[in-house]
Amino acid sequence: MKNTMKQLKVAINSTAELNKNNFEIVVVGTSLGGLQALTVMLADLPQSFPLPVVIVQHRHKSSQDRLTDVLQQQSSLQITEAQDKEEIVPGRVYLAPADYHLLIESPSDEELSLYENDFTEWGSVAVESIHNSKSLIPNRGTPKFALSTEAPVCYARPSIDVLFESAADAFGEKVIGIILTGANSDGSEGLAKIKAEGGLTFVEEPASALCGTMPASAIANVEVDWILPLSKIAPCLVNLLTIKN
Amino acid sequence: MPESHELETIEIQLLLEGMFRYYGFDFRNYALASLKRRIWNTIRSERLTTVSALQEKVLHNPAYLDRLLLDISVNVTAMFRDPSFYISFRNKVVPLLRTYPFIRIWHAGCSTGEEVYSMAILLQEEGLYDRCRIYATDMNELVLKTAKMGIFPLKQMQEYTQLYHQAGGKKAFSEYYTAAYENAIFRSSLKENIVFAHHNLATDNSFNEFNVILCRNVMIYFNSHLQERVHKLFYESLGMFGVLGLGHQESLIFTPYEKYYEAIESSDKLYRRVK
Repeated sequence: MKNTMKQLKVAINSTAELNKNNFEIVVVGTSLGGLQALTVMLADLPQSFPLPVVIVQHRHKSSQDRLTDVLQQQSSLQITEAQDKEEIVPGRVYLAPADYHLLIESPSDEELSLYENDFTEWGSVAVESIHNSKSLIPNRGTPKFALSTEAPVCYARPSIDVLFESAADAFGEKVIGIILTGANSDGSEGLAKIKAEGGLTFVEEPASALCGTMPASAIANVEVDWILPLSKIAPCLVNLLTIKN
Repeated sequence: MPESHELETIEIQLLLEGMFRYYGFDFRNYALASLKRRIWNTIRSERLTTVSALQEKVLHNPAYLDRLLLDISVNVTAMFRDPSFYISFRNKVVPLLRTYPFIRIWHAGCSTGEEVYSMAILLQEEGLYDRCRIYATDMNELVLKTAKMGIFPLKQMQEYTQLYHQAGGKKAFSEYYTAAYENAIFRSSLKENIVFAHHNLATDNSFNEFNVILCRNVMIYFNSHLQERVHKLFYESLGMFGVLGLGHQESLIFTPYEKYYEAIESSDKLYRRVK
């Protein structure tokens, strides 16, 4: 525990350094025990939380919207199931719908085609570059969700890897990835990609997690930035994102 | 790794441009995040290492094209997928259809046909099938072949039976098929009024005026440009008060065509053209 607190302090002290990243999005993955863990984590995110939070919780394919309702009771942030092509808005919490993969489509990719050059439909609300500044592709508009029903990954649809990898692709170093309690290794690959792109990685401490398999797998696969007990994850996030300069 | 990102984007652009210009298959306006995943899955299964290597194979060897087409078009479907959709269709759309002497339905992106046969069963049970013609289209000839046969793996019937009853099915589901070895062969009367045809939503135009258009979990693979094109196509192909049915997580709200429709049942994504 002492070590963890020390880590947390280091985390907060290095906030100025980290803020250079200008994080844009938080992605969270969990399976077994996730409902409980998400309840704790979301309860500690204030209404003023500045980033969108996108969550993959493994669940049965016919499970209905009840998960949204249960989590909503604990959170001051608005929680919805992501819809296809929905714009991703800061301060909102999005859940991957049952039986679909959830991906993030970066606005520049929407302009991939060689022959189409009309950017007007993106309107005048140009968001600050979300790509690495070296990127030659101009960024216009807001990133959106995309859904897919292709084959399960790690037996899971929605898959954490799929969300995390597409987030790393779309947001580069501006992603914060979090793996919570869970019973398989989904998310490890995705978290590695987030780390490789320069994003920030959190994993719930396996020993105190409801099911340590998924966190342990992530830790074995990625040089994780912070390993924290569940109750410390949201406070650390909030500190990180609210202490400016 | 900004360089490799950039290079990957260029390589994918070139692959898609090549496929379009040489073979006429236009994936240039597909949603990139998931398309990229599927292209890389193909690259790995062909034991290649770059998008450019795949491009070389695909352009010089049509066998690679066929495999790539199957890999990058997602053909996941099920009979009575999302049972609540069929319940809403029975309760809210069937009464509208009863008022028509003849009903034209377009099932766009029908894949291997499971959802088309589901609709045929529903319409038979509601006594409307004889007045219907269902145009079931897909861009992929291979999946259309399967759809035309109406033969599906027997092992799936248990799950489909459950979904059929959740969807408001009125009979024993086994009345609709004959089991033969590993297969369930669906009754040919279900096929009588279905026309299976090749149609590519990315490049082809309208071919009739319809009372109902169903296009579920197809446009999620398109980017906003292509979605807009297809919504325009659907709008122009629907008669006044025609019904549009989308997938459970799809919405008209994010398109410019929202204003032309009213929701019949918004949670099941059934809309009616009102302008």
